[in-house]
Amino acid sequence: MVGLHHSDVKNPVLHWIDTRLPVVTMIQKEYGSFPTPKNFNYFWAFGGMAMVTLLLMIATGIFLAMSYTPHITMAFDSVERIMRDVNYGWLLRYAHENGASMFFIVVYVHMFRGLYYGSYKAPRELLWILGITIFLVMMATAFMGYVLPWGQMSFWAATVITNLFSAIPVIGEPIVQWLWGGFSVGNPTLNRFFSLHYLLPFVLFGLVFLHVAALHITGSNNPLGIEPKGPQDTLPFHPYYTVKDSVALCLFFLVFAVLVFFFPDLLGHSDNYIQANPLQTPPHIVPDWYFLPFYAILRAVPNKLGGIALMFASILILYALPWLDTCKVRSATFRPIYRIFFWVLVVTCLVLGVVGEQPPEGIWVPLGQVATAYYFFHFLILLPVLGKLERTLPLPESISQSVLGGGPLPTGAASKPMEKA
Amino acid sequence: MSATAHVPDHGSGPDGTKRDFLQLVALASAAVGAGAIIWPLVDSMNPSKDVLALSEIEVDIAPIPLGSGIIASWRGQPVFIRHRTETEIKEAQAAPLSEMRDPATDAERVKAGHEQWLITSAICTHLGCIPGGIKPTQPRGEFGGWFCPCHGSQYDTAARIRKGPAPRNLPLVPYAFLNDTKIKIG
Ligand code: HEM
Ligand code: FES
Repeated sequence: MVGLHHSDVKNPVLHWIDTRLPVVTMIQKEYGSFPTPKNFNYFWAFGGMAMVTLLLMIATGIFLAMSYTPHITMAFDSVERIMRDVNYGWLLRYAHENGASMFFIVVYVHMFRGLYYGSYKAPRELLWILGITIFLVMMATAFMGYVLPWGQMSFWAATVITNLFSAIPVIGEPIVQWLWGGFSVGNPTLNRFFSLHYLLPFVLFGLVFLHVAALHITGSNNPLGIEPKGPQDTLPFHPYYTVKDSVALCLFFLVFAVLVFFFPDLLGHSDNYIQANPLQTPPHIVPDWYFLPFYAILRAVPNKLGGIALMFASILILYALPWLDTCKVRSATFRPIYRIFFWVLVVTCLVLGVVGEQPPEGIWVPLGQVATAYYFFHFLILLPVLGKLERTLPLPESISQSVLGGGPLPTGAASKPMEKA
Repeated sequence: MSATAHVPDHGSGPDGTKRDFLQLVALASAAVGAGAIIWPLVDSMNPSKDVLALSEIEVDIAPIPLGSGIIASWRGQPVFIRHRTETEIKEAQAAPLSEMRDPATDAERVKAGHEQWLITSAICTHLGCIPGGIKPTQPRGEFGGWFCPCHGSQYDTAARIRKGPAPRNLPLVPYAFLNDTKIKIG
């Protein structure tokens, strides 16, 4: 459509802009009056938290990059200089490091929220697919970021992860050398990782934009998993959810602050304060905590290619989830059996995390194998079958009816907030 | 913005002052929080501790021959240390202040008892070049001090601007004589 936008904005300057580029109208529509189910619980605040975390990571990262040197002889020292000499460098680095952990905590809760309330089901499949893609890019970004300080863990994590690709038959070896830019992890590797680590968060930013754009086409799911039937089931996003999200953000910052100021190295690994040494592998090497479940799956199979294939499959399988889950009812609130298995899956993932932390010996090996098998069983067999067999509970008539305790559908009072002057 | 105006009031008086107050407090706290996050980011770009630690240097001036000088590096900036001859000092002391763009007596530019040592920043106050003239072999301009190759500013033997586009004299830098042959800059 060509032609100036008819703007309702009163402020003359904003009106002038809005007429030519209706961003003010867009923000008002997507974040102001946007009709949002009125029964959100706090699990719906995690998307917004993830967004704030992404912005924090980009901000701290840009300023860290101003004092960081991507060269194998200087990287480690430049990070130490950030910690000791650069003004607030310690804060920037600890915020960035622990911010990555917070990011994964928030996103994992966000994803399990989706699993519990069936947010991946039609019509939100593409939203979910964008989410998984975001998750993959996040993992790549976090991995490459971990390499940058060039400590022992950085170096050996880079070596191990890039070597995963050597399992590919025939072309594996050339691919790994291409990734390295040499015959081992070295300066070319560090340089390209820095370049990509700087680039990918902006790719994430774009993906999140699409993620939210897709969300605003379908509208949000909600704890009941039923669609809003009209204005009486929704509230304008502002001020109701801007305020609710702000409360959640305050708590988020509180936890974040405790980590950064009191336990900044809790989630890190002390070996990474030793400069990289290509001639000596640390005795016990583990990835950052957020990769541990996948690391456990990798080690569950005593076969190089098999373990790697399974690890990638454990994530890629999530792409198929909207079609693997055959149940039409979204929310686990109305799926008594699925609800149990949901928690079994949560425990399975936690067990995988613990197994990933342990050296691969003794009881940990079979435990990891059972948990891995169960993980795939859940998605590949349980969900398709359960959807067909499970007797779901009756769904409420509408969100309003459920929220207001089954009384008659309210009219005037509840719909008032939706009326826009 | 305007959207809040449509929200039904809860527990506020007819004039809505309680809600206004809450809104102000909330926004003010958010602004303080944002500031507390932004300040460390901005401050990280200021000179860091290791850079500040280089802000004092000691220079042995004994080897500098009469009539010549050296350029020392202090905080990454060049500093002129010039061993002035008797004639140069006389010229500097005799120069009429009325002819100067940035009037200053020679006594203000050197330390009493060490008049032969002129120590100033080596950064032309026009646009930052290093004027020539610290060595007697370089062009020193009409006033026998320095001549800036970039846009032709001319300084006299007390490093005062006398001609050309530069607005001010070469700035003095803080220094002290540790003994007759050693100075500390910074
Ligand atoms: C950078 C990371 C991410 C950001 C910034 C982000 C942001 C958001 C935001 C702001 C929302 C709306 C608020 C909410 O419902 O919580 C949302 C919804 C959603 N996200 Fe994400 N997200 C991220 C990653 C993911 C991932 C990894 C997945 C899963 C694979 C995912 C799946 C979903 C789904 C299914 C919804 C719709 C929820 C519903 O309507 O119930 N997101 N996301
Ligand atoms: S910089 Fe010296 S004259 Fe312009």
